[in-house]
Amino acid sequence: MYVKLTASALAIAAVAATSAAARDQVQVAGSSTVLPYASIVAEAFGENFDFPTPVVESGGSSAGLKRFCEGVGENTIDVANASRAIKSSEVEACAANGVTDIIEVRIGYDGIVFASDIDGNGFEFTPVDWFNALSDKVLVDGALVDNPNKTWADVNPAFPAQPLAAYIPGTKHGTREVFEDKVILAGCEETGAFEALKAANGDDKKAAEKACIALRTDGVSVDIDGDYTETLASIESNKDGIGVFGLAFFENNTDKLQVATMSGIVPSTESIATGEYPVSRPLYFYVKKAHIGVIPGLKEYAEFFVADEIAGPDGPLAEYGLVSDPELADTQSAVSDEVVLGGNS
Amino acid sequence: MSDSSMSNTPKTSIHTLNARTKKRNASETRFKAYGIAAIAAGLMMLVVLLVTIVGNGYSAFTQTFISLEVELLESKLDKKGNRNIEDIKKVSTFGYTPLLQTAFEEKVAELGIETELSKKEMAGILSKSAAAEMRNLVVEDPSQIGNKVAFTFLANSRVDGYLKGRVTRESIANDKNISVAQLDFVDQLKEQGVVVKRFNPDFIFGADASDQRPEAAGIGVSMAGSFFMMLVVLGLALPIGVAASIYLEEFAPKNWITDIIEVNISNLAAVPSIVFGILGLAVFINYMHLPQSAPLVGGLVLTLMTLPTIIISTRASLKAVPPSIRDAALGLGASKMQSVFHHVLPLAAPGILTGTIIGLAQALGETAPLLLIGMIGFIASNPPSGFAEGLLSPNSAMPAQIYEWAKRADPAFYERAWGGIIILLVFLITMNTIAVILRRRFERRW
Repeated sequence: MYVKLTASALAIAAVAATSAAARDQVQVAGSSTVLPYASIVAEAFGENFDFPTPVVESGGSSAGLKRFCEGVGENTIDVANASRAIKSSEVEACAANGVTDIIEVRIGYDGIVFASDIDGNGFEFTPVDWFNALSDKVLVDGALVDNPNKTWADVNPAFPAQPLAAYIPGTKHGTREVFEDKVILAGCEETGAFEALKAANGDDKKAAEKACIALRTDGVSVDIDGDYTETLASIESNKDGIGVFGLAFFENNTDKLQVATMSGIVPSTESIATGEYPVSRPLYFYVKKAHIGVIPGLKEYAEFFVADEIAGPDGPLAEYGLVSDPELADTQSAVSDEVVLGGNS
Repeated sequence: MSDSSMSNTPKTSIHTLNARTKKRNASETRFKAYGIAAIAAGLMMLVVLLVTIVGNGYSAFTQTFISLEVELLESKLDKKGNRNIEDIKKVSTFGYTPLLQTAFEEKVAELGIETELSKKEMAGILSKSAAAEMRNLVVEDPSQIGNKVAFTFLANSRVDGYLKGRVTRESIANDKNISVAQLDFVDQLKEQGVVVKRFNPDFIFGADASDQRPEAAGIGVSMAGSFFMMLVVLGLALPIGVAASIYLEEFAPKNWITDIIEVNISNLAAVPSIVFGILGLAVFINYMHLPQSAPLVGGLVLTLMTLPTIIISTRASLKAVPPSIRDAALGLGASKMQSVFHHVLPLAAPGILTGTIIGLAQALGETAPLLLIGMIGFIASNPPSGFAEGLLSPNSAMPAQIYEWAKRADPAFYERAWGGIIILLVFLITMNTIAVILRRRFERRW
């Protein structure tokens, strides 16, 4: 029995020792919004280069950056995908673990759309409508009151009397931040509620912003912590619901969803590229410079990702729903020169 | 029941039922009815479940294919014309797309099909994997350049959905990925036998594919991942579990320490699997620095999860061996260890095997701990080439792959998720059937 146990223990040790051997594929983790794009690139990379196909995990922008900042070495990931720019606190956390040279790569823009059931009513929203529909406190006759609106007709007389029900991304999603910034906060400022809240908070701008994006908690607005498939399922079960989706997701599900316009603009890769459609955000990935030259194929992967034939306006990423970056050429040269955050030191 | 207790009531024959007997009989009948209703409800659920799974998933096993002869033009693929493999490799998959478009033009002319589609739109009914398929062939065998080669390409997932009835002319009204004219074109090609729907072994044996080509995705590589994890579980959990239970059952003194151990083993069996995932992340990856997403780590985590199940079932089957066997062996002069290994263990083996198989089946279907050790995502894309690579290079597992497919945007992945469930269920049912057969065939009762 002892022999057996020792044998098993030895087996574990042996296997653990071999794992110290070099890793030969690029490892990527992070935003679930970037995941489809990254997997398209990874697949094409594996097909066109002699390197193995990179591994792309999801888990969210914050989780990905946290793992990215755990340190330098084969046991840490090489690339973090993010649907928002890295925060200064994250850069500090990285530096504390020895991850100092970080290459930031912007791959393009992603549109955020509002969509409802295909057989339901169509909508033409403005940020003000969303603020009045979902905010905790709204301005009625110049006074701040708890949100009294029950149907879309209460929000805007031009809308049908459809009960309010919104499925929005949960707070762990990068998409939520964009929704708060570009829709709710914009609506807050436009209605004048911002000024009223600022006055109520003793002229504190930060507190007013925070009060603006406080959403009502009476069940009208539902946080979806999962993926867009969960939002879609919620809308299929509640036909009155309106959900927040990524443009690429909507374009793959046009048989079930219809998209609403925002400030009169129909979301499309074109209207987002020109900046007409207001609700969009840049997508990034971050590369650990210390791993370039250590992990085979890492730099080639980063360069391939932003190459014209991939991330350009006619590439597969644009076809899938990414809004191509007009400054892609700058990004390409920054990647090939390995320009790190905060300038080359 | 007895008549004496009913002395006040008129005498009755025992052949006629009195009120109380009737009541008792009725309650028995009611109870039987409840039982049957419960079983019927359970069976109903099972039938609904199986019908849903098979109904949604069987279509994943067939796929639409388009046969096409493509001329591998030297002017495109090997401009220098010296068949240098490095030069040929420089032509990326994007360089192969024009060849496909030309091939479609030729095919249309040959078959006399009238269509107003541009050649780019015609090639749009193909899967994005088509160019990669051509490039692989050319890189493997550069002598094919200049030849006209017959290929059978996968069709785009929308075209596939059209042939399967998921996509209709109405449903694509707002879809920018495919047009009604393209569906008409597919109909024309189908009449000519160029487009066919047939069984697709690549779904069972292939690798995962990116979000843009659900038609090319297969569960094979993650199946290999599951296989390697099960090897680790079997190789560790069985010897450790059996050794632990033999010691506890046969050798250990009965005192408060063994009591505590016993209670804790039962507790471990009830610990939610996600907890083992967190433990695995902290111990195996962050502390022991084993590689991320490796089936080895997945196997170690599942070993922790399966151990209590194996220990409990092994101890139960050791207990079931009557003490007289041990006494007889000891009485004939065998040592304690000889009595255990020569007599008790062989008799308990069928029970141990059954417990192990059921534990393995449970581990095979487990997803939650794998979420935490990085086995979810676009991972199962490189088929492992050997034993060490199978254990150490990143891979997914079947349930994790199903979860991953279920959350992707393209509805075609949804069908594949159901198809994956069918394959997983086939494995589970097979394993459980083997367990039942082993028990029936070899178990001895005293």
